[in-house]
Parts: sequence; structure tokens; C-alpha cells
Amino acid sequence: MARLPPQPAERIEREREISFTFDGRVVRAFEGDTIGSALFAAGRRTFSRSFKYHRRRGLLCCSGSCPNCLVAVDGAPGARACTEPARDGISVKHLNATPSLELDVMSLTDAVGGPFTPPGFYYRTFMRPRRLWPLYEWVLRHAAGLGRLERSRSERAWRTEYRRRHADVLVVGGGHAGLAAAIAAAELGADVVLADEGREPGGRLLWEGGHELARALAERARAAGVEVLRSAPALAHFDGLVPVWQGDTLHQVRARLHVYATGAIEQPLVFERNDLPGVMLSGGARRLAALYALRPGERAVIATTCDRGLAAALALQEAGVEIAAVADARGAPSAAVAELEARGIETLQGWTVTAAHGRRAVTRATLAPLASAGARAAEASGRTLECDLIVVSGGDAPASALVAQAGARAAYDGASGQFVLAELPRGVFAAGELAGDGAPERVAASGELAGLEAAAALDASLADVSRERMSLLREQLASAHEPAPAGAAPAARAHDELPAPAHDELPAPNGARAFVCYCEDVTAKDIGRGVREGYDSIELCKRFTTVTMGPCQGRMCQRSSVGLIARETGQELDAVGTPTARPPWAAVPLGVLAGRPIEPAKRSSIHGRHRELGARVQWAGDWRRAYDYGDPEGEALAVHASAGLIDVSTLGKLLVRGPDAGEFLDRLYTNRISTLKPGRVRYGVLTSDAGRIIDDGTIGRLDEATFYVTTTSSGAGAVEQWFSWWLADWGLGVHLSDVTQALAAVNLAGPRSRAILSRLTDLDCAPEAFTYLDARQGRVAGVGALLLRIGFVGELGYEIHFPAAYGEHVWDAILAAGEPEEIRPFGLEPQRILRLQKQHILVGQDTDSESTPLGAALGWAVKLDKDEDFIGKWALAHTAEHPAPSALVGFTLPDGFVPTEGAVVLDGSGAVAGQVTSARRSRQLGCVIGMAWVPAALAGDGASVTIADNGTRVSASVVTEPFHDPAGELLRS
Amino acid sequence: MSSIRVVSFVLECPFCGVREVADFAFGGEITPRPRATPSLRELSEYNYFRRNVAGVQREWWYHRSGCRSWFQAERDTRTNEIRRVGLPGEL
Repeated sequence: MARLPPQPAERIEREREISFTFDGRVVRAFEGDTIGSALFAAGRRTFSRSFKYHRRRGLLCCSGSCPNCLVAVDGAPGARACTEPARDGISVKHLNATPSLELDVMSLTDAVGGPFTPPGFYYRTFMRPRRLWPLYEWVLRHAAGLGRLERSRSERAWRTEYRRRHADVLVVGGGHAGLAAAIAAAELGADVVLADEGREPGGRLLWEGGHELARALAERARAAGVEVLRSAPALAHFDGLVPVWQGDTLHQVRARLHVYATGAIEQPLVFERNDLPGVMLSGGARRLAALYALRPGERAVIATTCDRGLAAALALQEAGVEIAAVADARGAPSAAVAELEARGIETLQGWTVTAAHGRRAVTRATLAPLASAGARAAEASGRTLECDLIVVSGGDAPASALVAQAGARAAYDGASGQFVLAELPRGVFAAGELAGDGAPERVAASGELAGLEAAAALDASLADVSRERMSLLREQLASAHEPAPAGAAPAARAHDELPAPAHDELPAPNGARAFVCYCEDVTAKDIGRGVREGYDSIELCKRFTTVTMGPCQGRMCQRSSVGLIARETGQELDAVGTPTARPPWAAVPLGVLAGRPIEPAKRSSIHGRHRELGARVQWAGDWRRAYDYGDPEGEALAVHASAGLIDVSTLGKLLVRGPDAGEFLDRLYTNRISTLKPGRVRYGVLTSDAGRIIDDGTIGRLDEATFYVTTTSSGAGAVEQWFSWWLADWGLGVHLSDVTQALAAVNLAGPRSRAILSRLTDLDCAPEAFTYLDARQGRVAGVGALLLRIGFVGELGYEIHFPAAYGEHVWDAILAAGEPEEIRPFGLEPQRILRLQKQHILVGQDTDSESTPLGAALGWAVKLDKDEDFIGKWALAHTAEHPAPSALVGFTLPDGFVPTEGAVVLDGSGAVAGQVTSARRSRQLGCVIGMAWVPAALAGDGASVTIADNGTRVSASVVTEPFHDPAGELLRS
Repeated sequence: MSSIRVVSFVLECPFCGVREVADFAFGGEITPRPRATPSLRELSEYNYFRRNVAGVQREWWYHRSGCRSWFQAERDTRTNEIRRVGLPGEL
């Protein structure tokens, strides 16, 4: 379709042609087009199929408000074609129609299903018989929803960044009022952010003849230092935090003051078949003409309740649209009617549209006088006109959702027939149409006043500077207003001089195809049915019919649904009220809210070597760890037979220093730490004051005032937080340093580990010089290191801690030195087998938030007889007197079946009495071993417990001693 | 430019200054640990009971994404207004 001759405000750049595909067909467009305007130019009138009845839907609002043009862009569903910029090479696809938009088999629900699918249909119909629910569910899941997410889309396809922005003033809405407010505040020195959802700020000015003013204002705002965020809808107002979505950035704007200038949303009219393609809001039709140089139709009928429709008649006539007639629902002609008549446009005063006709799009419209009641009377007294475009304007509903989330209250104003802002919270200002000051002669003053008031609230000295200006503006606004009703300040008014007809003056739409809600296909009839079924409050009716709950979030339907409920219940609009405005106000992909993970993936300094050695790398908490090197059981056997080396850099490492360090640790651990001699290591458990295990690890004393504490890999952060919390509370003479990432650590373990280590260090490694649980400082492969002789994996072993920068060097040196012994690197999985053989628990694996050390077979590490108080002592003393009903024990099974971790333990009666926490096959022991929580009565050696795992039942025997080297002789060797 | 207090949720770390609440970890309301061995009831109240006031409450905060220090704040739980912040003993 040819474009109109160049329009003064047009956004398209005619010399820059681009193209994209829609359902595989090439669509030509200009730079500056939206997907919607390009498709419209190409002749497309059906843009989507509706949610429930799969009815054809065409462009309605052209402003991103309604759901009629939802499409998928490059596989991402949910874009609104009317605002989504057309970009060269993108692939656009329709949603919700099979096989195509033009031929949709599901539209049968419209032809035959309508009477059978009233609200509540699903809840009632698909209840019985119960056993068919899986089938129902499958069918409904496939029928419901708009669009499909690509399964192959990688989780990191969204590269959204959070940005935190603190400002003095946030102005939401960049129309005339918002720009004026931002300029006024910024020119007084405030730090102002302006968020506007449009591609360029200016709002209505852009298509209503004020584009030059809009661009001048935007320029002035930037010059004053306003940060203007374009294509950036504000999503919500949470306690002063306003998330603003802009492309791949989520701005978290924290302003001290907020100016809302979100404008108003033009409302459709409810009449029979008001959803046919060709029915368009006046603003939508004007945007198509002014911004994209498109003629929205050839011959239009206009139905309006306010001056917007009249202005649209003039604008569309100038764009070459023949105006068949204008039906103005108001009783008396407004001033603009004279101009219409001068241009030869027929105006029917006190008339409205009662039906649209046509199969695929509008071909005719029926108009009737308001006075005629009922469809039949309308037909008798009405007129049906040929047209391909019905332009409607049901007046404006203030876009008050965000300001309501900020705490503003709306009240119904009988004079204007609108819900208006009655009360604003402190620090929140409203301007422009939102405040009822949208008329051209008031909007700038309203915005400027809000900006000055915001600046004055920031700083009293600014109030002095602008006092005179503010009172002048207030006068100006007041003189343009009628006197405000008492107690309703700042009250807002409709900007037409003539009141719009009240909700009950328009003819009652009683057809089954008069849509209130385009998103969810809710008709006027459905609302009536909901009310008659007893869902007679706005919140109940909303939940029952889902009106206002679709993608438009009430933009198109809130006012008409409130009006219909009022009419059905005989209440006043004020009594019906409005449903709560909930975030998000603008549709936003969840990925944008999720942001991108900002926790860094941690890798040990030896990670590169693990890769080279063919490690299978897996996540372990925040860490990327070598899970195994391809042969977990063989790696475990090597540790028993000769020697193995594992990277344990992930262990949490804390240096606890100071004169009170011993006392501090005594108060935190369940056993005594202060009695530890320098050069010795002890195992310790941390519990909460409820006696529950928090973490465990080793504590080595380096000298009188210095302790080296290790924690579990996943507990490092929590333990540091726990330590520093008590330190802040107790105020002891202790300094904490978290050296987790500064130091690397490896565990050299196995009977030949001493021989290997001896080749690399000058330390005396003789059994009597470096005994079990000794801590020594020396050089390993030339690197200063701390060596702890501990045995997590159950063989002679040395945990070597050293500066992380030498990670690969020390690792390589040990592997090279151990070559004669055929030393093998081993990963996390073999370590789990090895530690299980020793029944060394893993906190969080074998224990949960309810486990106490007494239940978890760690009673030996709890010293209730120590005089000093420690965290958890009181609760553990109580637990010791009242033993828990279950205990953590080891178990063995004949080699073969390995129960799933989480399999249940059954008691004698077959009831669930515990669970398996760890289980592995041990080649060393030739059987399956594990740990499980079992009833206390079965917690003795040789007891038999039944493990049930997904239908398999096995009998396991309880072993309370370590399976491997129960006496610990190997550890001490 | 600072004469009005905004209902918002930023905290002032005594060491780092004003930061978003998401920078911090919440440590809960301040429940003093019993000084002497408590009765079972006192212990349970200390471990599990919270006053959960609708009003001004003293609570622990940890500057997790900053200096990793604990401090205390007086916050109005109804408005999230932070009245004061300080190190233990300062409030």
C-alpha cells in the first residue's frame, strides 16, 4: 500500500529501506517503521487471533497498550508489533493460530463454542471424571497460552544487566507534562531521570501536531542534565524503587522524589463485534497517519464520547480518509463540532455505534441514538453505513497504576465521569493528564509546577527561588479549573468542557460478541453472568472472568468492566471501585527481572590443569570442580594403593588472630580450641544456639595468637558471616581474615604420600617428627606452605595450603615427584567414596538443618563438660538428656544395588522412619556402603534396616564404625 | 539537597555509606543472648520467638556485598524508614 505524502511529524526515513519476514514472507519497511506499521502498509489487517475464541484481531491502539498485535520476534513471543521497531532481517511470526493467521482451525471455538465456554467453564467441566484430568490437562495446556518459548534458547541468551541509579527526582512519562517537570527540576539543579516508554519523548505531542515542540523540550531537558531513558517503561513502584526496563538493561531507579506524568489511556467502546479488524482507537488511527504516513482506512465512521474523536475526524480527513459520519454520544455539541460541519462532516449528536459488521474486517457500522433502548429499537431508529474503519474514543482513563502503587488513592469524580487522583503520598507528584491537567493550555503549567514542587521538597532554598513562579502557575491552573470539590485536593478534571455520558447512559451492549476484554475474550454478557453468579465485587468478578488480568493489564478494559459491574449491580461507580493495580505495569520478559547471574563462577588456580588432565568439571556450589578424571573408582583405589592428589582449594579458609582468638573459638565450637598447642590441628563442629550443625572443619594453631580455620567448601561465606557476627556482638580482641581465595590447597594422600612429600620439602616428614594432626610450616617445591596432617580420605595424608598464585606449580611438582609411585590425581567423586568409607560426614549432605552433632555421631566432638559457655551448649545439654528418635549411621549392602540418596528407611511396620543420605559402591571394600538416618532403636551395629527406593526394597545392616581402617591406624602411620 | 526523608529502602553502612538494601543481608531483630544458663522455655523463646513488631525495631544487618561488617539499625517495619544505624553498643 502506498504511503501518504510526507507528513510533517513522520518517523519513517523513506530513503532507508529495510526488510524482514512475517511468517516467512518478506515485508518491506522503512527505517523508523514498527513491525505493525510495516505490516499494515503491506496490507495486513489481521494481526493476531484472540486468546479464547481465536477471533481475528487488528491494530487497535497502536501504542503498545492492547493485546491485538502480539507477535514473536526472532523466537521470543510477546512483542507488540505496533511499538516493536522493524529491524532489518528479523523474523516475525504470528502467535496463537494454526496453521496460519488467515486459516485458524481453533476459530471453531468462536463459531460453535461460544455459548459453551462462558467464564468458569473450565473449572466446572473438567472436574469429572477425575481420571481423565491428565488428558484434559494435555489438551488445555496446548490450547492455552499465547506463543511458545523456544526450548533451545540458552539460559544466557538474555544478557540483562542491572543498573542502580540514585537520583533526586524520577519523572515517569515523557509527554509534555513530564518533560516540563523534568526541565523545571533539573534547571534548579536537581539530578533528574526521565523514563519514557516511547521511542522518543513527547507523548501525544508527537502525533498531534506538536512534534517540533516535543523535540525542543527534549533538547532542553538534555541540556539541563536530565538523563532521558527512551523506550524505557517503568514497571512498578516498590517502596521508592522503580524498575525501568530499557532493552538489555534493568535500571533500578531509586529517587528521593517521584513525578508521575503517565498520561491517560484512550478507552474503547463496548458494542457488538467491537473487535473486528478495522475498529481502531482514535489515537491509534492518528498515530498511523502522523508517524508512519499510513491511511488507516478509506472511509471511516467515528464514534466518540469526547473531543478526541472530533479532533481525529479532522486529522483523518486531512490524511485523505473519507468521514462517513461522526456519532458523538454527548447530548450537546461541543465547540469543535462547528469546525467539523464547516468541513462538511456530518455529526450525529447523542448517537453512538451499536454494531460493527463484516467477516474478516469492518465493512459496515450501525449507529443509533442513545435514547433508543435495546438492539431492536436501535436497528429501527439507527443507520447502517458502509465503511472500512470505525474510529472509536470512549474517553481517557488516567494511567494511574504506577502512582497507585506509590500510594496514591483514586476516587470517582461524578463531574468528569472518571476515577481521579484524590490523594498523593508525600514525595510523589502527579502532572498532566494523569492529574486531570491534560488540556493543551494547562499541561505545561501542570508539569512545570510538579517539577518546581519536587525541587522545593528537595531543598527549602529552592522553594524560595521559585515561590513566585509556583504561585503564578497555581493560579493559572486554578483559573482554568472549576472550583474543586471540598476535601478533594488535588482533584483532577476531565479536560473536555462537556461531561461525557455516564456509564449507564450508553446503550447496554447485550450481544454475545461485545468484548470488554480483548486479552481474554471476556464479553459484556460474561460480566453480567459473573455478577449474577454472585461475583459481584470488582475483585471477585476480575478473578472469575479474568477481565483486566490479560496482557493489557486493564488498560483497555478497566473502565468498561467497572461500568458494567456498576450497571449490573445497580451500584455507583465509586462503590464498585477499581481493582488493585499490581506490578508489573508493563509486560516484561522474566529474564529481564532475573538479570544475569552476578555471582562469579569460582575456579581454583589449578583449574586449567584439571582440564588438561581430562577432568569432568561440575558445579559444586559456586565452584567449578573436577568431579573425576574419568575413572572415579580407580582413582579412589590409587589412594589406597599408593598415592593420590586432589585440589581442595575450595575449602573455606579463615585466619583468626588476636589475644582473644582462643576464647573466641571456644565460644563458637562445641569442643575446646584454646587448649590446642601451637603446631596442632583439631576437628571442630559449629552449631547454632538451637544445637543444630552449621558447618565443620579443622582448626590449626599456628602460634599462640593465630588459628587457621578451614570450613566446608560451600560453607565458607556463611561461616565467615557467622564468625564476624558474634565478633561484632562480643567485641573480643580478634581479627578475622578470609583467605579462601588467596590460598590454594591440595591433599596429598595415600601410603606413599610421605615418600613423595619428602622429595619436595625440607621439613622432617618422619612419622615421629610430623605426626597425625600436626600443623607444620615449611617449603613445598620451594613455595612457603602450611601442611596439615589430617585424613579426610582415610589414608596417611597431608593437606598443603599455599599462595594461590603457585597453584599449578605445586600441583605439577607433586605429580612429577610421585611419578615413581604412579600417583594419580583424583576428583570430588572418588573423594566422596573415600570419605564415606571413613563415615566422615558431609555437612548438608548427611545432615540437614535439624541435625545435631549428638544425632550425627559427632558426640565425641561435643564437650558439654567444658566450663565456658559455647554457642549451642544449652540446647545440646537438653538434647543429651532427651535423645533424638533417630541417628545417623553407616550401612552396608551386598555389592550390586546402590540406593538413591534420599531413598527412605522403613521401620518394622513399614512406615517411613528415616532416609539414606549417601551411598556409593566401594571397590576397596567390595560392597555398597552408605549413611542413613535410622530410628534410634536400630542404630546399633548389626541391626538390619529396610531401605525402599522406588519400588525396590533391600535389607541393609548397620555399621557404626568406619568401614575402612576403623581404628585409624593408617591415619596415624 | 537533603531536607526530606523518603520512604525507601536503602541502608547506610557505618563504614561504606548509603547502599541499596540488596547489598546487605538481614540478620533479624536483635534478640539478646541469655547471660546465664536459660530455662528450656527461655532458650526456646530466644531461639524461636520473635516480637515481629509493626513499628520501630532494632535489627542486625550485614554488608554482604561491601565491607562484610555487621551493624545494627533502627527500622520502622511499616515504612522501611531507617532511623539510625550504628555498631553494636552505639544505638
